Amino acid sequence: MTEIFGIPIQALMGQLMLGLVSGSFYAMLSLGLAVIFGMLNIINFAHGALYMMGAFLAWMGLEYWGVSYWWALLLAPLTVGVVGVVIERTMLQWLYKLDHLYGLLLTFGLALILEGLFRDLYGVAGQPYTIPDELSGAINLGFMFLPKYRVWVIVASLTVCIATWYLIEKTRLGAYLRAATENPKLTQAFGINVPLMVMLTYGFGVALAAFAGVLAAPAMQVSPLMGSNLIIVVFAVVVIGGMGSILGSIVTGLGLGVIEGLTKVFYPEASSTVVFVIMALVLLVRPAGLFGREK
Amino acid sequence: MKSATFGYLLLAALGLVAPFLFYPVLVMKVLCFALFACAFNLLLGYTGLLSFGHAIFFGTAAYVAGHAIKVWELPPLLGLLAGTAAAGLLGWAIGSLAIRRQGIYFAMITLALAQMVFFLFLQASFTGGEDGLQGVPRGTLFGVVDLADDRNLYYFVLAIFGTAFWLIHRTIHSPFGQILKAIRENEARAISLGYDVAKYKLLVFVLSAALAGLAGATKMLVFKFATLTDAHWHMSGEVVLMTLLGGMGTVLGPVVGSSLIVILQNELADKVGSLVTVIMGAIFVICVLAFRRGIVGEMAAFHKRLLGLKA
Repeated sequence: MTEIFGIPIQALMGQLMLGLVSGSFYAMLSLGLAVIFGMLNIINFAHGALYMMGAFLAWMGLEYWGVSYWWALLLAPLTVGVVGVVIERTMLQWLYKLDHLYGLLLTFGLALILEGLFRDLYGVAGQPYTIPDELSGAINLGFMFLPKYRVWVIVASLTVCIATWYLIEKTRLGAYLRAATENPKLTQAFGINVPLMVMLTYGFGVALAAFAGVLAAPAMQVSPLMGSNLIIVVFAVVVIGGMGSILGSIVTGLGLGVIEGLTKVFYPEASSTVVFVIMALVLLVRPAGLFGREK
Repeated sequence: MKSATFGYLLLAALGLVAPFLFYPVLVMKVLCFALFACAFNLLLGYTGLLSFGHAIFFGTAAYVAGHAIKVWELPPLLGLLAGTAAAGLLGWAIGSLAIRRQGIYFAMITLALAQMVFFLFLQASFTGGEDGLQGVPRGTLFGVVDLADDRNLYYFVLAIFGTAFWLIHRTIHSPFGQILKAIRENEARAISLGYDVAKYKLLVFVLSAALAGLAGATKMLVFKFATLTDAHWHMSGEVVLMTLLGGMGTVLGPVVGSSLIVILQNELADKVGSLVTVIMGAIFVICVLAFRRGIVGEMAAFHKRLLGLKA
């Protein structure tokens, strides 16, 4: 068997693949956080909880109503998006004029409520979600087996990330969005309905989290705690990348996922802390983050 | 001024008789969390820095003190000091990284670094992993007072709380405290006035971390164990909630907030199970939306309005 640095190539490629999978989740979640922060000036602590909610909606759909994976991929983000719009209209909109910290505190409270509710209903043990038939099994590449579902997660999330980038950077709607981020009052004066855009941005951002949740459901166990464990790492990703650039978020997310995956091969003890160590190093060398601008 | 002194005397009297009125261990728990929240308030309320990783100082000190007392067989007071020093040292390390960014990033960085240390604790052998560090003896104070007795321990804990509370009170009302408030109100102006803002931030961070550690170490001594729960981010969220509910930037707010939360959790624990988290979350949301000044802050504002009407 072929080996690289004394590690069988199959194990190495396998972990690389897993790293790309978790990197896809980091990318999608940090992208959503960045888009929301740009418009609302709020760090959405509930992002992890809404990701968990997306996964649970997919699981509940299949368990209770027989909703297939493909429909869940559409319906769960829509539902969570509507929940997001309701949250924005009833709570977040009152906080825009206040210190950013209040947004963080409010969404932290929301995260606790969501996590507590699902924990009360389903306990902390994970619920299994079977991979849909079309995506189960693996492709034989000769030197390794490539599980189809992992490939699908990477392709789907990259597509969504790039579509989001295109939407924001290249379309007219995106131009309005960027204008409203830069100067909401002036944009409003040009006759663009900024509050509506803010509302839709939040809805879109959390729908993205829910989409990631549905993708994650078959890849890992659906558990009430899956969101909060992830969101803290995503915060570190956001600090490393900075929230100034969309492509920056995507690249940082994927890159850190890969680094984490490789750490699992070479030094497994550090795999849960490596992202935080990188964050500390980045803070020492480049405090504004890799793609960030110091305001 | 006179009414304030009167108020503190009343609180001190309440503290002295409390173990005869309530279950001493519960009151000690309240005192530990009150100290934790007061230390945290020094940072959030008076300097405007939201640390979302303060539980790590609370938990670290609990582990270090527990280890020092159980394994190294240090007397309880030295054990507590060791825990406090360890928390202060960790505070220096985390603080000097976190103060490189402002506002929302500061919160995310403290949370992430705390999570990193949490994972280290999860893997380290001296913490006992998921089981925690158990069976730490309370020992005897100065070789005379037997702390295994709840009442004796209570007055020891009260003395610790009183000393630390006085220290925090002095800090807030010192020139140093005034500079902290200046940083909170307008950091750019504080810099332009020639203050080395980073130095002040780091100093208050270390002080806050060390005092949070003292609270954690004391709580360990009361319950005779240290677990990962003490260091988990949930605990960081709880101390934020206590401070917010009581009133950030008020001297007594954290004491009121932590008492309410500890008693509430104590009452609810058996009745609603994991719904406690939901209730804590709901209190968070209500506080942020409806009364951001917290209980003590709102009362002070109400009092001011009354005086204003009379004048």
